[in-house]
Amino acid sequence: MDSALPTALRALGLGLSNLGVGEAFMLLVGCLLLYLGIRHRFEPLLLLPIGFGALLVNIPMAGLMEEDGVLRYFYETGILTEIFPILIFIGIGAMIDFQPLLENPKIILLGAAGQCGIFLTLLLALALGFTQLEAVAIGIIGACDGPTAIYVTSKYAPHLLAAVSVAAYSYMSLVPLLQPGIMRLLTTSKERKIVMGAVRRPISRTTKIVFPIAVTLTASLIAPMGTPLIGMVMLGNLMKESGVVERLKNSSENEITNIVTLLLGLSIGATMQAKNFLRWETLMILCLGLIAIILDTAAGVLLGKLMSFLSRGKINPLIGAAGISAFPMSARVVQMEGQRYNRKSHLLMHAMSANVGGQIGSIIAAAIMLSLIQGLGT
Amino acid sequence: MDDWTFGWTLALFGMGGTLLMLWIFSVLIILLRKIFPVKTEIKSEAKK
Repeated sequence: MDSALPTALRALGLGLSNLGVGEAFMLLVGCLLLYLGIRHRFEPLLLLPIGFGALLVNIPMAGLMEEDGVLRYFYETGILTEIFPILIFIGIGAMIDFQPLLENPKIILLGAAGQCGIFLTLLLALALGFTQLEAVAIGIIGACDGPTAIYVTSKYAPHLLAAVSVAAYSYMSLVPLLQPGIMRLLTTSKERKIVMGAVRRPISRTTKIVFPIAVTLTASLIAPMGTPLIGMVMLGNLMKESGVVERLKNSSENEITNIVTLLLGLSIGATMQAKNFLRWETLMILCLGLIAIILDTAAGVLLGKLMSFLSRGKINPLIGAAGISAFPMSARVVQMEGQRYNRKSHLLMHAMSANVGGQIGSIIAAAIMLSLIQGLGT
Repeated sequence: MDDWTFGWTLALFGMGGTLLMLWIFSVLIILLRKIFPVKTEIKSEAKK
């Protein structure tokens, strides 16, 4: 009993006595993510659980990511099996409104340009010495779409999941800071002042119901590896538009999405252990992610300029910046930039069309990439 | 397959494929709007 007491007391301070520099640094990173989420409201739904997960997993001897650890269980059940991002897609589908796109379908092409960063960053990552599948996971940050990035990364490079997810979600929340400069750099004052006419075209209910079914069949038959992604988004949207399964639609956009977002965030935070996260590759991935989103925006604006030229000045090239998947942030940025140069310019609905195109575009880009990789046998 | 062949194949076919697929979707939307116009729906609801 005499010797047991000091031993038991020593066990109380095991966390502190085993705290290394790496763990201490990661605790600060976790606190920084919490600060950004709570104080600045940068993607708080994700950054709060990610930040807290990073705190929990870097406490020495707590063992949350060890064999029987609770966070390891979440990670293996939801991330490695790809279940969490897939469930999130159903919720996204239930929330997405294709109306602006159905009214103005030609704008969808801007959603393709907004994916350019994925492929250019993939080439950059290869040039920097990343393996082929790692480069794919890094490039997908350019999709500007958290669940897509997580789905692809957990499939091909799960060891990069923490860096890729943190980059994807952080840059998505930084869109209002990143995009305006690029938009101004690539457009003339005259182009920024272009007023686009309102597109108000009634869309039948049948069109809205058939659209998700037609898209699923078309996309899945061409790029079958992407069926889980596109299929789940369109299932969510069909539940919304059909109007006959209100309970399922409500559960998808509320309960399921909320529960999965919490577990997904915690699981990603749990991958941020000092020994895995504090590497040069993480810094390189964060830089490459930033480049990807800059390239996406630039490509969107440049295609917008081309469309403006071909339409003889009827399209404001600024809406090209909304061709990324960050919804509805980038559409709002476009509206604000348009208003800054011309008070009569109301670009929001056009930018929303491009933004919805970007959401579909990011999923399609991932689907095509997954099918190509399978075809190449990598 | 070497890194550059892999990268360029994915970049060219990936970007081209995304553009083509979204163009197909835009054509699909135009077709759906023509096949299922709003007027027909209003008429059928009025009959009911």
